[in-house]
Amino acid sequence: MSKKILKGRAHIFGDNIDTDAIIPARYLNTSDPAELAKHVMEDADPDFAKKVVKGDIIVGKKNFGCGSSREHAPVAIRAAGVSCVIAKSYARIFYRNSFNMALPIFESAEAPDRIAAGDEVEVDMDSGVIRNLTKKEQYQAAPIPDFMQKLIEAGGLMESVKRRMGAE
Amino acid sequence: MVEFSLILIKDDDMGMTITEKILAAHAGLKEVAPGQLVNCKVDIALANDITAPISIKEFRRIGAKKVFDKERVVLVPDHFAPNKDIESATQVKMLRDFSNEQGLTNFWDAGRMGVEHTLLPEQGIVGPGDLVIGADSHTCTYGALGAFASGVGSTDLAAAMITGEAWYRVPETMLFNLKGKLGKWVSGKDVILYIIGKIGVDGALYKAMEYTGDMVPTLSQDDRFTICNMAIEAGAKNGIFLPDDVTKGYVAGRFKREAKYYPSDADAKYCERFDINGGDIELQVAFPHLPSNTRPISKVGDVKVDQVVIGSCTNGRYSDLKVAAEIIKGKKVAKGVRLIVIPATPLIYRQAMKDGLLDIFMESEAVVSTPTCGPCLGGHMGILAEGERALTTTNRNFVGRMGHRKSEVYLAGPAVAAATAIVGKICSPEDVL
Repeated sequence: MSKKILKGRAHIFGDNIDTDAIIPARYLNTSDPAELAKHVMEDADPDFAKKVVKGDIIVGKKNFGCGSSREHAPVAIRAAGVSCVIAKSYARIFYRNSFNMALPIFESAEAPDRIAAGDEVEVDMDSGVIRNLTKKEQYQAAPIPDFMQKLIEAGGLMESVKRRMGAE
Repeated sequence: MVEFSLILIKDDDMGMTITEKILAAHAGLKEVAPGQLVNCKVDIALANDITAPISIKEFRRIGAKKVFDKERVVLVPDHFAPNKDIESATQVKMLRDFSNEQGLTNFWDAGRMGVEHTLLPEQGIVGPGDLVIGADSHTCTYGALGAFASGVGSTDLAAAMITGEAWYRVPETMLFNLKGKLGKWVSGKDVILYIIGKIGVDGALYKAMEYTGDMVPTLSQDDRFTICNMAIEAGAKNGIFLPDDVTKGYVAGRFKREAKYYPSDADAKYCERFDINGGDIELQVAFPHLPSNTRPISKVGDVKVDQVVIGSCTNGRYSDLKVAAEIIKGKKVAKGVRLIVIPATPLIYRQAMKDGLLDIFMESEAVVSTPTCGPCLGGHMGILAEGERALTTTNRNFVGRMGHRKSEVYLAGPAVAAATAIVGKICSPEDVL
């Protein structure tokens, strides 16, 4: 088993961060990840793309990723170097897309209220333990549902489709 | 596909909702219960010019050769089409080339293209009892026909295009009992804005929103489309009406496959029940920047606008244009206001032309556009500058949705939109008639 630890500085956002805020539709005339990354979170924080460094963590509150089905949202977040998202809850299409795009996302009722902008945060992908190194606190993320875990282990949805194509 | 661990938490002989029945039927199961993961056969797999390019890339990346059914994969370039720039043209060309290569019978190019969620029911591509997967969040619109329809991202759609299957977690169902009658000018848009205002933008997260009650038979098919269209704005997986005579009348002569009319059982389980009284629903306006930020028209106050848009998958149907034309007839759009009217499909456009509605709009100095999603998502055909404000019949009023991040979007139905265009500030049709 992998012992993957994600580590970075926290960027804090509020409730209902919608996919238009994550990647405005005016940039959806391309699906190139590098292009999308230039505008990530632009309508929530116009300077975000300039500030973000590899490994950084986005912390949202309720209903993160609501709105459109655009997969460009998790793609843009991942392409900008963000290592994971922590939020209290996620909109369902964004949740599903993030697993398909291999963007790690964690659900925690406590962490988003405790983590402050700039806090150094570490997430253990296997255990779901979130460590706030700045505040010296620890929070527990909700476990990833069994089915999603299996999907990840299978290498994602398209890998399982590919294997099935090969078997037929 | 991945093996599923089934969580069976139901007793024998427990009733099912229409959503559960459609999922069970498409999973080849006798019954399903909320929380259960099911692998379902899909009847229709849909994508547009924003989402399909990624699906097509995934399709090619894993070496797929053929779509599961060339009549059931539907591609509609409606968002940034007619192509607004070179990049959009390139994306639409990807859809066109793929459709030609695969021999897709349902590629709806410019000239036949309409706003997807209005076009598919109109053309009888989707119908009662269907399971529809769409790489567009407003795919939930088709629930108005008694279908299970839900939006996904491009990768889930790519998998469905290849396998003809998709996985779902069976949602819990919330039941909305719509009672009484709606007042004059009050429409499906006001019903759904009122409900979202009550339950919030995550009020139905992961759930099904089912509608019942004595108001339902009085709701037109178009009103039902509008109500189901915005289920996603409450976070729902799907919205759904039980099919009735109105549904049957609508699909007659359109839907080419066999319609399946599922009822919900009397002892079906609902996680929550709400009573909604038609008499309590005034004309509604959602203020920036959330669809749940609603106010009745009597409490809107003095809100001047720069632009009004009548169109989209929410309210670009013939009945919407008719209501607007009735209010606008013989009047001019207020000075300093742009009114943009977008019939959602070529058929609606032609009917509106034949019946003189387009004349009424153009006489009022409105812009009449070819079908497109266009300004709804800040694509083209009516983008807002910094500091500008629009009232629109579309579905989202997020920050920057229709243009500059410092512009504002207010949502309402076609009656308020038409009146607002004439007066120049948000108002009721009663103020202009």
